[in-house]
Amino acid sequence: MKKAILFFVAPFGALFTLFYLIPIGYAIWQSLFTVERTGTFGPATEVFGGLTQYKQVFSDGPFWESIGRVLLFGAVQVPVMLGLALFLALLLDSGLVKGRRFFRLVYFLPYAVPGVVAAIMWGYLYSPNLSPFTEVTSAVDLLSPSLVLWAMANVVTWVYVGYNMLIIYSALLAVPTEIYEAAKIDGAGVFRTAWSIKIPMVMPAIVLTTVFSIIGTLQLLAEPQVFRSFSSAVSSTYTPNLTVLSTASIPNFHLAAAFSVVLALATFVLSFSFLKFTQRKGVQ
Amino acid sequence: MTGFKVPRYAAMLVMAVFTLYFLTPLWWLFIASGKQDGQVTEGHALLPDNFALGTNLSDLFRYNDGVFLRWLANSVGYTVGAALLGTLLAGMCGYALAKYVFRGRELIFNIVLGGVLVPATALALPLFLMFSKAELANTFWSVFLPSLVNPFGVYLGRIYAAASVPDELLEAARIDGSGEVRSFFTISVRLMAPAFVTIFLFHFVAVWNNFMLPLIMLGNERLFPVTLGLYSWNSQVNQHPELRALVLVGAFVSIVPMVIAFLSLQRFWRSGLGAGSIK
Repeated sequence: MKKAILFFVAPFGALFTLFYLIPIGYAIWQSLFTVERTGTFGPATEVFGGLTQYKQVFSDGPFWESIGRVLLFGAVQVPVMLGLALFLALLLDSGLVKGRRFFRLVYFLPYAVPGVVAAIMWGYLYSPNLSPFTEVTSAVDLLSPSLVLWAMANVVTWVYVGYNMLIIYSALLAVPTEIYEAAKIDGAGVFRTAWSIKIPMVMPAIVLTTVFSIIGTLQLLAEPQVFRSFSSAVSSTYTPNLTVLSTASIPNFHLAAAFSVVLALATFVLSFSFLKFTQRKGVQ
Repeated sequence: MTGFKVPRYAAMLVMAVFTLYFLTPLWWLFIASGKQDGQVTEGHALLPDNFALGTNLSDLFRYNDGVFLRWLANSVGYTVGAALLGTLLAGMCGYALAKYVFRGRELIFNIVLGGVLVPATALALPLFLMFSKAELANTFWSVFLPSLVNPFGVYLGRIYAAASVPDELLEAARIDGSGEVRSFFTISVRLMAPAFVTIFLFHFVAVWNNFMLPLIMLGNERLFPVTLGLYSWNSQVNQHPELRALVLVGAFVSIVPMVIAFLSLQRFWRSGLGAGSIK
């Protein structure tokens, strides 16, 4: 039995250790070093710097601006996207819609489009001189500094609404139908049933999708990276991951590692406390 | 409280509006990839006129010694390979965590679950530094090997195994003299088949869409997956305007295999996703 367990667990365990745990440790280790030069052109030597890099991270204005930016993005985009996903799932499940298979498939289709490709496609649709929708793009510049964040929010929403809808919808299908019978006898209408029965029943699915959305938001990379070629409003430090990338290409790996560690920690804390919060509320 | 009745046509109207929202960009991409010389603003935006998709396709596949085909092949290599093997490994681990009681079981599960919450992009930079040290950065393996690990697959595997593989059946197999590993491959894998398909699909999409890892790891254009290739073309459009047509037709071609895969595997998605959110 012991051998069998080892056979099942060891391969994954080895890869997980090698490509998950060790890199995390290595990032932390790297972030504790700093490069010192003797004079301006002297040879560079790596010396242990303790928390020097972290001091720099915490005093780095653009980095915290970018954190603020993705938090704002998430605070708006995640509720809108999941609200839409929930609304569409409830509508699909309400019995009012014909052709459910068709709609389910069409709404899910954008999930097949990689973020990079979706961003390129929408970038063309937004660009005033490339877009077929000139009436819109000549009236409002969707790529301007004030709107480009929300233009990207639309790209992310477009890709993920159907995916989240499907997760919630699958949870709805698992609800035993006898519950609805009882509600019907009690005279509950479509809205009442949705609010008092369906939404509480699918709460675990909503929590799951929220956690993944929070993680995804803080990691925002492909969309802003692609949008840099469509809009000058997207700087090289627009999101935390872009900061990591541009710092690494200086190259300043020690500082970039420190950025990575802080970002990972922030993500972990945020998603973990959301999970704990919902658990305390008795959702899960 | 008697519910207010929602008319059926209102519901259908809402569904139709969202259908337009989801499909119009894709349809535009299809039309745009058929425009001559990437003149996206010429002619009608949503109807084919002077449709030159064939010419554009042959331009795409011939450009730079057929580098685009190479990218497609790379993507398939990274994705199918990593997802197939990664699914098996994650499924096996999840299965063991569900079906055997052993010391450290909960610890392992909790660490793996913590791994689900660690953003994959945070790993890309340290992985690059490690692979550079081993002089393996900028190789196929530097993208392929890290892509094998899928902690969420372990989580799903455990839930499914607990729900779909009865202990009695394994006990019966034991009495019949079947070894644990043999029981897994002959009995449990079959019972867990929908789980494996779901884990595979999740994994497949995650690797196919992965951008940060190849972006950091790869310098050699011949090793790019298709997403990175399209990105690099798109960022050169200003210097090389002829690339515009290729970016559009390339973007269109790159999503065709995924759409086909989705359409043919869609029934697994639904059943699998549902079970994933039971707990």
